Amino acid sequence: MGAVLRSRKFWLMLAGYGLVLAIWYASVKWVPLKSFTRMPDPLGVIREWMSPEPAYGISIFTAAYYKHIFASTLRAWTAFALALGLGIPLGILMGWSSRFNAYAEALVGLLRPVPPLAWVPLAILLLPGAEAAVVFVTFLVAFFATTLNTLVGVHAIDADHIRAAKCLGATRRDLLFDVIIPGALPQIFTGLQIAMGAAWFSLAAGEMIAAQYGLGFLIMDAYNLIQYPTIVIAMGTLGLMGFISSAVIRQTGDRLMRWRLEATGSAR
Amino acid sequence: MSTATEARHGGLSVRRAGKIYDPGGAAVVALEECTFDVAPGEFAAIVGPSGCGKSTLLNIIAGFDRLTSGEVLLDDAPFATSAIAPPPGPDRVVVFQNGALFPWMSVLENVIYGPTRQQVLTAHAARDKAMDMLRRCGGLDTAAERFPGQLSSGMQRRVEIVRALMNEPRVLLLDEPFRAMDTVSKAAMHRHLLEVHALYPKTVIFITHDLEEAIYLADTVYVMTTRPGRIKRALRVSLERPRSRDMLASQAYLEMKRQVAADVHEEARKAFERGERELA
Repeated sequence: MGAVLRSRKFWLMLAGYGLVLAIWYASVKWVPLKSFTRMPDPLGVIREWMSPEPAYGISIFTAAYYKHIFASTLRAWTAFALALGLGIPLGILMGWSSRFNAYAEALVGLLRPVPPLAWVPLAILLLPGAEAAVVFVTFLVAFFATTLNTLVGVHAIDADHIRAAKCLGATRRDLLFDVIIPGALPQIFTGLQIAMGAAWFSLAAGEMIAAQYGLGFLIMDAYNLIQYPTIVIAMGTLGLMGFISSAVIRQTGDRLMRWRLEATGSAR
Repeated sequence: MSTATEARHGGLSVRRAGKIYDPGGAAVVALEECTFDVAPGEFAAIVGPSGCGKSTLLNIIAGFDRLTSGEVLLDDAPFATSAIAPPPGPDRVVVFQNGALFPWMSVLENVIYGPTRQQVLTAHAARDKAMDMLRRCGGLDTAAERFPGQLSSGMQRRVEIVRALMNEPRVLLLDEPFRAMDTVSKAAMHRHLLEVHALYPKTVIFITHDLEEAIYLADTVYVMTTRPGRIKRALRVSLERPRSRDMLASQAYLEMKRQVAADVHEEARKAFERGERELA
């Protein structure tokens, strides 16, 4: 803890937060725009957020708050798990076989630029229920990020590592598990980081349109009911959940790629 | 232990080897009528300018590339022709120019990789053998648990040579392994390689463009012509073993160097004027 307090990085981070809160406070209190004066200041939001009896029904003491968090987290991680389970094998297959890559590359290239929200109507019409539609929309961008980064990772593998493994008697299976996957792991994890970020922002958008629960829904619902503090609470919670999710992935990556940390001699 | 019998394996015979690349229809002749023999346990150095086809030759022996004419025999059995390209395997292990230890495996995991994947040794036996070889090869056993990225490039190269030797290869193929090193590290690596070869006298094909290192290390030096690659000259090195750096000032060494230097420089100049690049 002492080390944290002495580190320059910590204080800079704190200053960054302080600055944002100050701008927020100043804009609400002193900007002579009518629309801004209806906005709660930081203290008001925090008071509402921490209140045992919140004015608009959402705070850390209400069950509804956790119901929304749970719904969103479950969707985000389900979509992420699907993206991981389908994207990594697909990316490896595309990197492994140039014939398969020829099939898949054009298709991925065409589908990837379609914005996730553009899929919402089709997803609702085709999939059973709004829940599946929201997860599907959340999954899409995460899936493309995972697939394409895995592909880049496989292509980035040093050809001499593959040759060396063959010299040492590796079978095709050995090549996959001993060279291709560990060799592509750094880029795979870059992809997973992006995928997790993408999952959270597509999720919030999807929930605004098609869900009955979740933080995205909560934002839209609070907007319709003109409950400003609740909007901000939901936004802050989304940020926090995204941050925690990314940290989990980064930690997992660091643990799996100990060789990289130790080789460079620093944590990042 | 059984070094005497092991040394009888690994005779390599390259006969009228030819390799034509065909990038975009323009036939590039990398090798033509390339012929030479390497006796079991012999240390052969192949010297030539950039793009002379020496790496092509090594890739063909290793099984990364296919001949277009001629043949290569290993212990009197033809194993590479224009019709047969042998897959790469543990009887002909390559040590790569830029190093190819797996950075995600510890030194020990790298070294036991061959025997455990080929299932010729149990993990336990491979471990014992690896620690023993690492210890003999300059006390590398102390680095067994470290990752390659934590080691100097010289140390990485020494580990890679041990990883190759763990497979008891018939031929050890060294592709300019000291090319990117500074003079001091290079000298240390030369001494190390001479010691290791005395300890484990495998047949070695050592590719280099450095004539001095070739004479210092090898039993026979083959000078290759610029493309199309052919053997221009073979030099039997008369320096006795064990070799020491003092020999680099001896009359015998200087005389040998004088004999072939003109040939090497002539080919290097041709290659330079044609702007040759490495093909493979």
